Amino acid sequence: MVDLARHYPIGRGEASGQGARAGATLQLWLRRRSTIAVLMCLPLIVIVAGLIVYPALYSIYLSMLNKAQTRFVGLDNFSYLLRRDTFWMVVEQSAIFALSAVFFKALIGLVTAHLVNNLPSKGQRKWRGMLLVPWVIPLALSTLGWWWLFDPTHSAFNWLIQGVGGNDIPWLSNPYWARFSVILVNVWYGAPFFLIMYLAALKSVPEQLYEAAQIDGANAWQRFRHITLPMMRNIIAITVLFSLIVTFANFDIVQIMTAGGPRNMTHVFATYAFLLGIRSGDLPLGAAVSLFMLPILAVSAMFILRGVRKRGREIG
Amino acid sequence: MPRANISRRSLLKTTGLATAGVLSAPYVRHSYAAGKLALGVWDHWVPGANNTLTRLCNEWGEKNKVEVTIDYITSQGDKDLLTASAEAQARAGHDIMSHRAWQIQVHRAVLEPLDDVVNALIAKAGPISPVSEYLARADGKWFGLPTTVGSQVKPCCSRLDLYKQHCGIDLTAIFPPNPNRDPKLVDSWNWDLYLKSAEQLFKAGVPVGLPMGQTSDAIDSTGAMFRAFGSVMVDEKDNIKVDSNETRAALEYFKKLMPFNPPEVYAWDDAGNNRWLISGKGAGIMNPPSAWAVAKRDNPKVAEQCWTHDMPRGPAGRFVGQLPFFYGLWSFSQNKPAGKALLQFLSEKDQSRQLVEASVGYDLPSFKSYYDFETWKTVEPPPGTVYNYPPRGDEQPSITGYPARPDVAAQIYNQSIHTIMVAKVCQGSEPIDKVIAWAKGELEGLLRA
Repeated sequence: MVDLARHYPIGRGEASGQGARAGATLQLWLRRRSTIAVLMCLPLIVIVAGLIVYPALYSIYLSMLNKAQTRFVGLDNFSYLLRRDTFWMVVEQSAIFALSAVFFKALIGLVTAHLVNNLPSKGQRKWRGMLLVPWVIPLALSTLGWWWLFDPTHSAFNWLIQGVGGNDIPWLSNPYWARFSVILVNVWYGAPFFLIMYLAALKSVPEQLYEAAQIDGANAWQRFRHITLPMMRNIIAITVLFSLIVTFANFDIVQIMTAGGPRNMTHVFATYAFLLGIRSGDLPLGAAVSLFMLPILAVSAMFILRGVRKRGREIG
Repeated sequence: MPRANISRRSLLKTTGLATAGVLSAPYVRHSYAAGKLALGVWDHWVPGANNTLTRLCNEWGEKNKVEVTIDYITSQGDKDLLTASAEAQARAGHDIMSHRAWQIQVHRAVLEPLDDVVNALIAKAGPISPVSEYLARADGKWFGLPTTVGSQVKPCCSRLDLYKQHCGIDLTAIFPPNPNRDPKLVDSWNWDLYLKSAEQLFKAGVPVGLPMGQTSDAIDSTGAMFRAFGSVMVDEKDNIKVDSNETRAALEYFKKLMPFNPPEVYAWDDAGNNRWLISGKGAGIMNPPSAWAVAKRDNPKVAEQCWTHDMPRGPAGRFVGQLPFFYGLWSFSQNKPAGKALLQFLSEKDQSRQLVEASVGYDLPSFKSYYDFETWKTVEPPPGTVYNYPPRGDEQPSITGYPARPDVAAQIYNQSIHTIMVAKVCQGSEPIDKVIAWAKGELEGLLRA
């Protein structure tokens, strides 16, 4: 045990003064590592408590009130939603939206990361910068740009298609094309995040492993399957989890491009919660819709993080 | 100098009378009015319209020694709704807020009753629009004051040249820019004629465009059409009435009409139909004069041919979608008397006239006695183009969801039950009975307490 009194002698020379003793105690208290750590984390703790924990608890409370917010109704809002066809359609759409978007983002990110990793190091930084552009543009702004490209009447894409003799595609007016369009924009926006994470993971794979495999006669696919993939598994899992959470909670893309239409067939949890809570004035029901995301994400987070921990122990 | 002889009894009497006088006195424009008023007002899309409102508020503020500040809040992305919801939850913010149609009912628990203001205005200006009353009055009290700014109806805005050329219909003869209408001609403008002309225009390559998405232009015009066929979703006593011959007739009509519209109408937002008309591709839409006003700037040749006029008549009458805006005074406002006085000032005829002029005729007050403003007679091209914008004949204002109780109707409106029904039948090719059954299920859910 460290003798603090020896290391930080208190009150030497003016031991009799009460004020000096108090000052020294404060100095000692401040020098403790744990104290400094807490103090430095305090702003973050305040932000997390104020902007995440409090709103989350408040929305749980709100979801248990009646429409006029005058009466506690327990889980009535949740059981009501479970009986609605439209809600189940929203669940299905949210799942299609999130799973397909995350799958394609991961796939495109993986392929692009490999391509960029194999570029000569001289020009690689420029490519990395350019490929990150979709991710750094504010989402609402870029979605507006996409909306103009898909505009129901004056779509720039349709203008090009007409130019080569094709027929107009109902990008936003046909529910299935509309689903495709919102997923496409989400993939465009999110793929660079996967790219940068996978690129970082690829760069951390020791070159000697590939050299040894090459000497043993492994081809490119075998090197990818038996070296790259296992070395990247944790990063892939964490990235997929993070992206799944963000994509499930997506609001901007659907709200700007389709506002949930046509026929409610592009609504996701967040836009449907907004429709019920803000536009229709039923805040408790809106809160209940948004809370449905919680168990889905919690279960997927549990499985993914369990896998990450398991692999971590294996490596350790 | 003689000293006044004040007894204890007379002092108490005088003080008591003075106190009672102060407490019971209505808001009077004198130095007691000093204080602050913060307004959160809908940001008008017509350039310069906000300036007129600011000027009027400042003039009133200077005269009454009240410091008035205004924040103009856009309805793009529902920022006005979000702001109002946040303030209602926090019980803090502006003193007065603009509220779109249903929001008075949504926030009425935290809104100050405005009976004194509205009743004084009704006494002066005559009856108020029944739609405004339906939306702003609850339990016998007015919780919102219909504004001039932003309030609108959505009648037909048609191309004179195309209707004449392809359908042989002279809309200026049916709806002239003066009070001399021929009732027979007006009667002939019904949904059957509309369907026939829609087919002719479609074949000529210049179809009409009825938005069928999930935004207010689509909901307002579609709701008015359903009502013209006598279709009701839920009545005043919470009875679900959607499963009716009237609803079937309306859906059958839409089945015939929608193929003569461009296929993209199912994805149009509130600007989609405007752009359609302004581009010159379309022969008619249902909209306030905003499309015409933008065409005047961007495509004057189209604007010269635009004519705003009544909706067609259906078996149950002639209905036009109305979307009133309201001012609400928060119950947590610190300066309620001043707020009420300002609201009354802004709603008087002279101020309304200036606001209508600033909006080039887009804003429509809720008092029918205000429909004689010069703006609607004089703006052009062509002369008289928006004369028939205020409902002048047998056209009745209507809001989608009526006559259900407002908190249920708000959900019928905002969840686009009408347009989704039409889209299911016409775009999704679902059987009418199945669609009615779907609507019934949704309505049962909306009736929950």
